[in-house]
Amino acid sequence: MSTDRAEAGRHDFALRPSRPPAPVDHANEDLPIPLETRVEMYRLQQELRQFEKRAYDLFMQNLVKGTSHLSLGQEAVAAGVAAAIRPDDYTFATYRGHAHTLARGVGMGPVMAELLGREDGLLGGKGGSMHLTSVEHGMMGSYAIVGAHLCIANGAAWSAQIRGTDQVAVAFFGDGTTNIGAFHEALNFAVVWKLPVIFVCENNLYMEYTPSDFVTAVPHPAADRAPAYGLEAVLVDGNDADAVYEAARKAVELARSGGGPSLIEAMTYRHGGHSRADPGKYRPDGEVDAWLERDPIPMYHQRLLRLGVAEGQLTEIQQEVAQRVDDATEYAKASAPPGDAALMTDVWADGGSAWRN
Amino acid sequence: MTELNMAQALNAALDRALADERVVLLGEDIGQTGGVFRVSDGLLEKHGPDRVIDTPVSEAGIVGAAYGMAVAGLRPIAEMQFMGFSYPAFDQIISHVSRIRNRSRHRFTAPLVIRVPYGAGIGAAEHHSESTEALYAHIPGLKVVVPSTPHDAYGLLLAAVDDPDPVIFLEPIRLYRSARGEVPEEPYTVPIGTAKVEKPGSDVTIIAYGSMMREARAAATELAQSDIDAELLDVRTIIPFDTETVLESVTRTGRAVVVHEAPRTAGFGAEIAAQIYEHAFYSLLAPVERVTGWDTVVPLRRAEQHYVPSVGRVVAAVHRVMET
Repeated sequence: MSTDRAEAGRHDFALRPSRPPAPVDHANEDLPIPLETRVEMYRLQQELRQFEKRAYDLFMQNLVKGTSHLSLGQEAVAAGVAAAIRPDDYTFATYRGHAHTLARGVGMGPVMAELLGREDGLLGGKGGSMHLTSVEHGMMGSYAIVGAHLCIANGAAWSAQIRGTDQVAVAFFGDGTTNIGAFHEALNFAVVWKLPVIFVCENNLYMEYTPSDFVTAVPHPAADRAPAYGLEAVLVDGNDADAVYEAARKAVELARSGGGPSLIEAMTYRHGGHSRADPGKYRPDGEVDAWLERDPIPMYHQRLLRLGVAEGQLTEIQQEVAQRVDDATEYAKASAPPGDAALMTDVWADGGSAWRN
Repeated sequence: MTELNMAQALNAALDRALADERVVLLGEDIGQTGGVFRVSDGLLEKHGPDRVIDTPVSEAGIVGAAYGMAVAGLRPIAEMQFMGFSYPAFDQIISHVSRIRNRSRHRFTAPLVIRVPYGAGIGAAEHHSESTEALYAHIPGLKVVVPSTPHDAYGLLLAAVDDPDPVIFLEPIRLYRSARGEVPEEPYTVPIGTAKVEKPGSDVTIIAYGSMMREARAAATELAQSDIDAELLDVRTIIPFDTETVLESVTRTGRAVVVHEAPRTAGFGAEIAAQIYEHAFYSLLAPVERVTGWDTVVPLRRAEQHYVPSVGRVVAAVHRVMET
């Protein structure tokens, strides 16, 4: 490690060895997942991909306000987990949360309008990309301070346990989160109280601009820490929706039956940089190309064809999603920015921001 | 009516709050031990381990869980063992608890109470003894409440549990056992956001809260011997601050002395003084005086008396404003 660090120099992460994806495990094709669930996961991945591509385009047109963190390349994680949970379950996401919000069924129009900071946005144009929240969809919030929401997801899961429902809470987070205290505090609580919570690490290899293995004590930041909390080390191919679905299904089953939490590490890759300002130049030559070869969506497309889904059905899904993305874009563009008065609202329960009730 | 000390009154309020099955208590040593100040004594036995939860030393984990419970339908009451121990939970409190209503466009609320024993009194310096209420008062979306009597401790705590907004509930360590008073048998609340004129007077308004009410009361008694009729005002709620009651009093007396234990600079007394200057300037007969802790670190027991404002300092400040 010390040699590695010396050789890497200060800003030469690009000179480190490339970390290519594992090959596709075609045995996942034989997992007992209903075909309709698979088609649903395909549709979800299409939605997330096409939405994020459009978000990127709108960025380049300077229409997206603030910053934004895209999930391009990581769609299989969001889709696989979303297909394994129920509408009344809870989801907590990070600032990279467009995918997880959409995967809970939140409308593309309100999400797109929120990215553009418009008054018809999901949060009235006040929250933007990093705070997407929708109570009605169990989307309990996107948390832009790394690690915080793992502790919070515990609370939602605890509430379900105390109220005697069999709801579960899912918290998505990145590889970088595993080095912050809240991650460890949350795991400890969840295990001690057997909370119905599922921690899903989207390991996209980079903690913002820094390779996470450069600053992390163990090779697999989540899975290698799991045994320290008495949890099984679960490492899955995050670019294979079936693998993610299967791991999530088992974790959900365990949580619903009172068996407590799970920690899943899903290996994936973001096709773009950390945020809109980042061209991602810290990545070694060939690494991005290798992961683009393992793009989760074309792989899944081929798998569905092999499983007997007609090409025409998949094309129809693509086209239908494309139309919805266009509609959402028009909806967002047509909405006005929120008025200045919105600044003064919703600090207190009376709806305002004054001191006195 | 029963005579209780403040710890007993808080215990009775927690017991009453637990009658609502959405209420859950969590914190370090609060169950089996009853809390380091025994405020939750006996509640584990009465309400069971699902409702009164002994947590690990893990403040971010505690407040995070309480907040998650609150957005998912419960009414948690979290305890931070001492004010200085609440800082590891700062991110949860400031970045999330206080903002979720705004962030979710009013669809989420975080109705939780964070109980925080504060102030000097056990002589353990720093984290066990500080009074950093201004840090919380500065954050939009947090209510900050601080009782000085058993009666108000009971009523304000039940009001905090009912409140739809998150409440930082400060409990003056020095008053847990030394403050005694009558508490009605029947449940009641004291409205958050209302200051109280504890003793009417005509010459000067002494404005204090929490632990410093003891010194303020003693000062008012001493001043009476010098024929100075001090009005004694207990702030009770720092945020939302009851500007009206304070202004009504100061407009009448023309003089104000603000007392708190926290360090002087950017302490909440500065905000109180600013409110008075902005809204009652032309009624003032003298500049507002502040009697506060020093801009230093709360020391160990031997020096604590030099840190915490004394009755003598309050009396001297009143004499200064009376001479103007």
